[in-house]
Amino acid sequence: MIEIKNLHKSYKMGKNSLHVLKGINFSVEEGELVAIMGSSGSGKSTLLNILGMLDELDEGSYTLDGVPIKNLNETKAAQYRNKFLGFIFQSFNLINYKSAAENVALPLYYQRVGRKERQEKALKYLEQVGLKQWATHLPSELSGGQKQRVAIARAMAAEPKVLLADEPTGALDSKTSYEVMDLIQKINDQGNTILVVTHEEDIAHMCKRIVHLKDGVIVEDKKVEQVRAAQYV
Amino acid sequence: MFNKDRWDEILQVLTTNWFRTLLTAFGVFWGIFILIILLAAGKGLENGIRADFGDIATNTMFMWTRTASKAYKGLPKDREFSYKTGDVADIWENVDGLRFVSPRNQLGNFQGSNNVVRGLKTGAFSVYGDYPEIIKQEPMDIISGRFLNYGDINEKRKVAIIGVDVKSSLYDKGEECLGTYIKINDVNFMVVGTYKKKNADGNSENAQKEIYIPFTSFSQAFNRGDNVGWMAITAVDEVPITNIKDKIFTIVKENHRIHPEDTRAVGHFDLNEQFQRVVSLFGALRLIAYFVGICVLLSGIIGVSNIMLIVVKERTKEIGIRRALGESPWSIKQQILMESIFLTIISGMSGIAFGALVIYGINYLLDISGPVMMFVNPSVNLGVVTVALIILIVSGLFAGFIPANSAIRIRPIEALRNE
Repeated sequence: MIEIKNLHKSYKMGKNSLHVLKGINFSVEEGELVAIMGSSGSGKSTLLNILGMLDELDEGSYTLDGVPIKNLNETKAAQYRNKFLGFIFQSFNLINYKSAAENVALPLYYQRVGRKERQEKALKYLEQVGLKQWATHLPSELSGGQKQRVAIARAMAAEPKVLLADEPTGALDSKTSYEVMDLIQKINDQGNTILVVTHEEDIAHMCKRIVHLKDGVIVEDKKVEQVRAAQYV
Repeated sequence: MFNKDRWDEILQVLTTNWFRTLLTAFGVFWGIFILIILLAAGKGLENGIRADFGDIATNTMFMWTRTASKAYKGLPKDREFSYKTGDVADIWENVDGLRFVSPRNQLGNFQGSNNVVRGLKTGAFSVYGDYPEIIKQEPMDIISGRFLNYGDINEKRKVAIIGVDVKSSLYDKGEECLGTYIKINDVNFMVVGTYKKKNADGNSENAQKEIYIPFTSFSQAFNRGDNVGWMAITAVDEVPITNIKDKIFTIVKENHRIHPEDTRAVGHFDLNEQFQRVVSLFGALRLIAYFVGICVLLSGIIGVSNIMLIVVKERTKEIGIRRALGESPWSIKQQILMESIFLTIISGMSGIAFGALVIYGINYLLDISGPVMMFVNPSVNLGVVTVALIILIVSGLFAGFIPANSAIRIRPIEALRNE
């Protein structure tokens, strides 16, 4: 599903150049649930941004579902993001003047899906995350966990190839974190490919594979026994 | 563009901060309001002055004789001369683009001694010997009877058309005047019509104290021979009389052996020139109205642009999210542009509507308070509204352009990082 070869990325900071990713080789199969771990500054966010086509790579290659991702203009990148990727952010990033259902329907709108179908699908995914009765509520009327679940529904709505979660539990307490991870695990059980960036060990162990990043290189890449979040809920 | 979701979003965005939207809208509202009011005031002035000119054929010149200022062909200077009926024919023949050439003779005026008698009543009036065309050069309403015709001219009938004030001073109230006789300088003329002039440059009292008789009868009755006192010459609408008057002067100068460079001998009054001067004043007024109006509008537009920049800044993160979710940059640009155009048009249209309301109010006041000097029916026509609308759309585009560009310059990754 994801194929990364010899990925390099550096940022220019004035005269100095900061080499963040120093040759990453990494691939993800369909249906995997991968945790990317690392302390801050290890390059895990940069990696996620490149995977999410929010940032460009300097060197190496990136193939997503057989499509080479390179030299994209903004319009093309937006199209690919919409088609291939679903984003889950640490700070939820819901649009605060739109209701939960409208937020979920947003990626479908960019796919030019009709209004009615969009609403139906949005409700379907809200139901999946258990928030159907909150469909008309604004994000400000939802709790943190609920917001993240709306964000997950939104990420799912476009039926992407890969879900990218950037510290999805970073802003939540442990109990809500486990609820969210439970949801992510269930979505993965349905066969969806998910990448989770985290620095929490327990969250990482709820995935099926952990990739450790340190100073811009992968230092460890291992399959783990998945801890089901459901037992903590 | 006709997408319900997009409009929903525009309304959502503009209504989240009501007060700010209102204040922003006011700038454009005020600008277009001032523009409309200025244009309407200019139009009112123009209408007022045009009404003063009335239906008078403005493409007209009046020409009379003065004394020669130069000796020429053996003739001395300071010599007097008079136009002849032959001049009229020569002018017709040699100058293109003429509509009317009316030779006129005049006898006495309202300030002179009494020259008209009927029974025991007398009066001092201007008496004109005219051709029937004069009614098209100096419009008047025939109240009763008829005006001069070519039968009168050819048969030298002694008939007269008198002004309403002439009638009121020579006749008793309710007395029938048609078919009766009046004595002009001891010659009897039968009254066949009465007239009333609509507009006469603030001189309306004297304008109703005139008597029109056929040119030919005038010449015969008062011993003018083939002399012509003065002429009223009107050109066709396409040819300004100002452009062809020199040709006419050359013809009469040749006929009367006047030095070609004699500028005094031929006296004239060019109504068209005066009128064009006034018309160009209207043009200048309109230009000033547009200039001032658009300047005021401009500050409103800059206000909109400013607010849109702030809105974009406020929505940086939202724009980042939407781009991460796959909205194309063009769609975002379109959104910002449409918000700006929508805001501009809505506030502009309410400005136009309010302006129209104020103009209506002014017209209402003018109606109940009676005519005001040189100010009639201030108004803006549909053309002006269309122009205003185009100005609004274009300025809305301009106002949104910089903010829209700054919105798509933000890279999604930076927008999302901005926590």
